[in-house]
Amino acid sequence: MTFSPQLEARFEKLLKSYPPGRQRSAMIPMLMYAQDEIGSVTDELITEVAARTGTTPLQVNEVMSYYSMLHRKPLGKFHVQVCTNISCLLHDGDKLYEHACKKLGIGHKEVTADGQISIEEVECMGACSWAPAIQVNYDFHHHVTPAKLDEILDRLKKKPV
Amino acid sequence: MADLVNLTIDGRAVQVPPQTLVIDAAKTVGIEIPAFCYYEGLSLAAACRMCLVEVEKMPKMMTACTLPVSEGMVVRTETEQVKQARKYTLEFLLTNHPLDCPVCDKGGECELQDMVFRYGAGESRYTEEKVHTPEKQFSPVVFFDAPRCILCFRCVRTCNEGMGVGALGVINRGVVSEIGPNHGDHLECDECGACIDICPVGALTSGIDRYQTRPWEMTHVGTICTHCGDGCKTTLGTRNDRILRGNNRDRSGINGEFLCVKGRYAFDFYDHPERLQAPMVRINGKLEEVSWSKALETVAQKFKDTVASNGSFGVIGSNHTSNEENFYLQKFARQVLKTNNVDHQRTGDVVTLLDSLSGKTSKLGTVADLYQSKAVLVLGADLALEHPLLSYQVRANYRHHQAKVYVVTEKPVREDNYAAAKVRGRDYASLAGKLKAESELVILFDDSYKGADLRQLVEFAESLAIPVKFICLLDYANSRGAVDMGLTPELLPGYTPSGATGLHIDEMLAATLDVLWVVGANPLKGQKKAGFLVVQDLFLTETAQQADVVLPAASAYEKSGTVTNTTGEVQRLTQAVSTMGAKTDLEIMGFLAREMGAAPLLGPWVAETVFAEIRKTVHAYDVPLPVLATGGAAQTLPVNGRIPVDTRLDLVQSDHNGLFASGTLGRYSKVLNSVLENRLSR
Ligand code: SF4
Ligand code: SF4
Ligand code: SF4
Ligand code: FES
Ligand code: FES
Repeated sequence: MTFSPQLEARFEKLLKSYPPGRQRSAMIPMLMYAQDEIGSVTDELITEVAARTGTTPLQVNEVMSYYSMLHRKPLGKFHVQVCTNISCLLHDGDKLYEHACKKLGIGHKEVTADGQISIEEVECMGACSWAPAIQVNYDFHHHVTPAKLDEILDRLKKKPV
Repeated sequence: MADLVNLTIDGRAVQVPPQTLVIDAAKTVGIEIPAFCYYEGLSLAAACRMCLVEVEKMPKMMTACTLPVSEGMVVRTETEQVKQARKYTLEFLLTNHPLDCPVCDKGGECELQDMVFRYGAGESRYTEEKVHTPEKQFSPVVFFDAPRCILCFRCVRTCNEGMGVGALGVINRGVVSEIGPNHGDHLECDECGACIDICPVGALTSGIDRYQTRPWEMTHVGTICTHCGDGCKTTLGTRNDRILRGNNRDRSGINGEFLCVKGRYAFDFYDHPERLQAPMVRINGKLEEVSWSKALETVAQKFKDTVASNGSFGVIGSNHTSNEENFYLQKFARQVLKTNNVDHQRTGDVVTLLDSLSGKTSKLGTVADLYQSKAVLVLGADLALEHPLLSYQVRANYRHHQAKVYVVTEKPVREDNYAAAKVRGRDYASLAGKLKAESELVILFDDSYKGADLRQLVEFAESLAIPVKFICLLDYANSRGAVDMGLTPELLPGYTPSGATGLHIDEMLAATLDVLWVVGANPLKGQKKAGFLVVQDLFLTETAQQADVVLPAASAYEKSGTVTNTTGEVQRLTQAVSTMGAKTDLEIMGFLAREMGAAPLLGPWVAETVFAEIRKTVHAYDVPLPVLATGGAAQTLPVNGRIPVDTRLDLVQSDHNGLFASGTLGRYSKVLNSVLENRLSR
């Protein structure tokens, strides 16, 4: 499997940052970076990461299926994660989530037809102090209101990557 | 004693070595701390929380399965808090667990059932719907029912660590986490069933025995696996004269709870539809079923006539039949048929090994040595596939004692994964430096090390100047017993030269003998040459198809007697079932002797009596009887003095059976065939 030179360089650095024989420790970051580049964790990627970390595809699958930020299916270019865990819930995070679903016409872990946006209901992201919070790719948005959410979504709909 | 740790458990003083876990320390004074995920010999998981105990000065309850003892520790295992914790843990485990014990295959021997009975609450506060997923078939052997799984991870650990296969994993998280196979929706593994046996609940069940019986309806008979030469004890669960299950959960025998797919499941050949149940005599060119008396009479008459007319005999014995049968057969051949034309298929050069070790003591390794020795050297064999138990022992030795494992094989083998050094080819001498630094060594070698090569190996071992033991790898359940009992033209029982060497197996097949008598073997490849062919077997093998008389024989699971494994350890076979129409080879030979009027010469065809004679004749078998009587393994003694014969080295040839093969027998095992077909269909 081939990756971009940038990603290859990143992998190389990652694998070197653990003591010899502990290359399996690089598994999670490798999966995440590769997912960013190719859109999802494919069977091919699982086999590749297993080979590079000295593990079995089953072991990679154990890790990948444990972490919710790793996905087997491609997501939208912009992945909107709405927190509905306790602090956010108390600040109407659940309504926010429903609002987003209705507006985009998609549900949990679904992607809009143009492939631009996907949505996911998530548990606490550690942004409780600014609840309700959402996360778009790696960016946080705090104290989100339905109006603010509309604005964000409208922007994302048109935004090139 | 200075280096013991003192602690108190439930008010009782306990003394144990440092690093002992509290759960094990409690066991030493008879206190049971309930546990699911803790399993002796496997890594610690602390996954189930069943073993919580109170420890003085510790703020919270601790998991006794991961807590090492310390001096002055005060542990309580029966407080109100502990009892509550157990109740809650069980209540949690039951939130999604189906409560259908009456139709669960594990009912009656389920650890969850027992724990809830002993420590659980009578009521649950859980009223929500249970998460349910349908049962999955991972392979012909392994079925998985996720809702029953209590996520103790014993299966994952035993497959990873015990078997070294790593075919099971934990997929997903939280309430939907479950056990997953290595190839998406199916398993590609050794099909050993270790995961199934170790599962405390009915989550993993086997395609072979599931839903056949309730466990308490079975009779359990401990006997020896009849497949490879390793000699595992297998406990057969029988009911109404049928074998329903094989396992070794009581950990008796040299194998502990280990069994490979053959020992655990491939007993099934015994009731294969093609099993012979009536004697057959060739009448007008066709094999016709006849009565036992008619068949025995025909053979006895032919034998008598041939002896009377000074005709020629050939006798070919088996690697599967008991020591008693082998002994009786060669005695029959030599004393009644007056021939030294006695042989069997040799699968390793035991003779040269014993000869080159004569005069030396403590040179023969046992199955237990492989778990204890500081270092092991594997020569030639693909151990994990051909000798599953021996390979398991070596792996466990590496895991538990960090044993150094050296591998010298032509092709890559599984032992490479943890070998201290591996060499491709045969150049074991290149390891001399490393081996000299070891404090002891066990060398295992296959059939490619024989004659001069083997003598050279023994010399090499001497030159290391450390204690070295040897294990000569042999194929079948009683390959070793066949040589020991003198099923060779050049050697009598106990390796005494026969004087006048008779024909070897290949010569017998090529010669036009008047009578060829084959007991439990399938040596004929082409057209038979002998005038009259008598075959005793379970099935109508290629050899039996050409016979003039076929006598249906009992399998190892249908007889008593003894067998000797590849490490020279004798163990007792115990009859588990009987198959209608078949007789043990010993009985068949006895009846033939009686028919011929030779019974007084050969003595009673009773296994115990024959074994007593073996003990008198063969010095090596002068082993402690109580050990055998209690189901143990007794190592045979080395041979006194040299063995001055020339061995036909070209006849020493292993079949190198892999995990799913077992010579002719394997072809009649439904489970082995289904595994192979399943592979081919992918
Ligand atoms: S049957 Fe044996 S090899 Fe297969 S998954 Fe179970 S423990 Fe592993
Ligand atoms: S399948 Fe059985 S052994 Fe494996 S984790 Fe579940 S309960 Fe434990
Ligand atoms: S290792 Fe050999 S003796 Fe043991 S169960 Fe398997 S085939 Fe039988
Ligand atoms: S609960 Fe939403 S970020 Fe913590
Ligand atoms: S036995 Fe201690 S946590 Fe499972």
